[in-house]
Amino acid sequence: MIRTAWLVLKKDLTVEVRSLEIAYTTLFFAVSCVLFFAFALVKEGKAPEDGAAGILWIAIAFAGTLALGRTFERERQSETLRALLMAPADRPAIYVGKLLGIIALLIAAEIVLVPLVAFLFQAPLLSHPFWLAAVLISGTIGFAAVGTLFSAMLVRARSRDVLLPVLLYPITVPVIIAGVRATAELLQPDVELSLVRFWVALLLALDVVFVTLALWTFEPLMTD
Amino acid sequence: MPKWFMPLAGINAVMFAAAPFIIASANYEATMGLVQKIFYFHMPSASMFLVSAVVCGIASARYLFGGSPRQDRLAYAAAELAVLFGAITLVTGPLWARKAWGVWWAWDVRLTSSLMGWMVAWAYLLVRKYGGPGSDKLAAGLALFGMANVPFVYISVNYWRTIHPKTSVVPTLPADMGMALWFSFASFLVLFVLLLRLRVYLEEERTKLDALYLSLDE
Repeated sequence: MIRTAWLVLKKDLTVEVRSLEIAYTTLFFAVSCVLFFAFALVKEGKAPEDGAAGILWIAIAFAGTLALGRTFERERQSETLRALLMAPADRPAIYVGKLLGIIALLIAAEIVLVPLVAFLFQAPLLSHPFWLAAVLISGTIGFAAVGTLFSAMLVRARSRDVLLPVLLYPITVPVIIAGVRATAELLQPDVELSLVRFWVALLLALDVVFVTLALWTFEPLMTD
Repeated sequence: MPKWFMPLAGINAVMFAAAPFIIASANYEATMGLVQKIFYFHMPSASMFLVSAVVCGIASARYLFGGSPRQDRLAYAAAELAVLFGAITLVTGPLWARKAWGVWWAWDVRLTSSLMGWMVAWAYLLVRKYGGPGSDKLAAGLALFGMANVPFVYISVNYWRTIHPKTSVVPTLPADMGMALWFSFASFLVLFVLLLRLRVYLEEERTKLDALYLSLDE
């Protein structure tokens, strides 16, 4: 089970490292997104309060949607997803491998986005690096858990590019709310860590619910 | 259609005709006055909204793991009703809130999670309509995630500091108000059952028609 997940992850990372297609396009998209917000919201050198937290998460969500779409579009081109599903391996293991690949990609994007947002919006994002990492990682897991399941299912559907956000955003609203609130709290001059801890706990609870539901439904959903 | 449908529909029509009189005869609430009476429509439709989401989720789970098309039709019907009752809830709520809180909308946990649940129901219908072949399973997966939201909506007012009234308000109502509320609730419940049955029936007929077309082609 762990071996299968690792093999799927290794395959995805190898394909990605050779072309870096998704990494570059996603990152470029996310950076343009942040720039748009900077033009729209920064007035006289000052960003609105809590603006940086919202913008960081919007950029992650949009870039994540793009990365999810591309990752599975690649699997669709020569029907490799079908081949993967026909392999004598546990379906949940395939899901876990795909999920880890997406999470790795998004965390790589966040490593670039966080300093960029901190720089453009003069936000003290890096004053609590440990807590920021906890918020970002737990939020990314929740977002990617739902996203991987739905984009895998959408591979066979018509108009999948439009339907992915339709499916993904209503379900992941709690993740985005908790992520934004926790990040906004970290930007306050005197951070109340009990509040941050509460939001991270909520994010972890959502992660558990989403990953469990996804593992449980991946098998029947991917069967023709 | 089952035999009970038409008589029950007649009874339900009488119930809805009588509801305004029963609601009007209940006492005015001390601080809110007339506006409080929105509650007799808001709470029952909100309950039916959550019931629809649960019915849709359970039917979807049974469809995914059992594969019976009957459950799929039930889930589809319930999702449409979730959109309908959710719309009533989200219209009556702000009408009351404008008077009670001074604003149409507040980003309160319960309001946000209800809106999110309503959007999931819309997403379900959009996927069914535009997803093409295989969208029934896709939508069923979505419904399961949507159902996970329901307990959250219900407990949200009791566990979080929100401005929405708590669920414990209902048992503490004076007898006349409680009477009017439960009468409305029963009317909405019967309406829900009727609409659900009617919508499933429509979907059954459509399946039959599709089968006939297919056999004609062969």
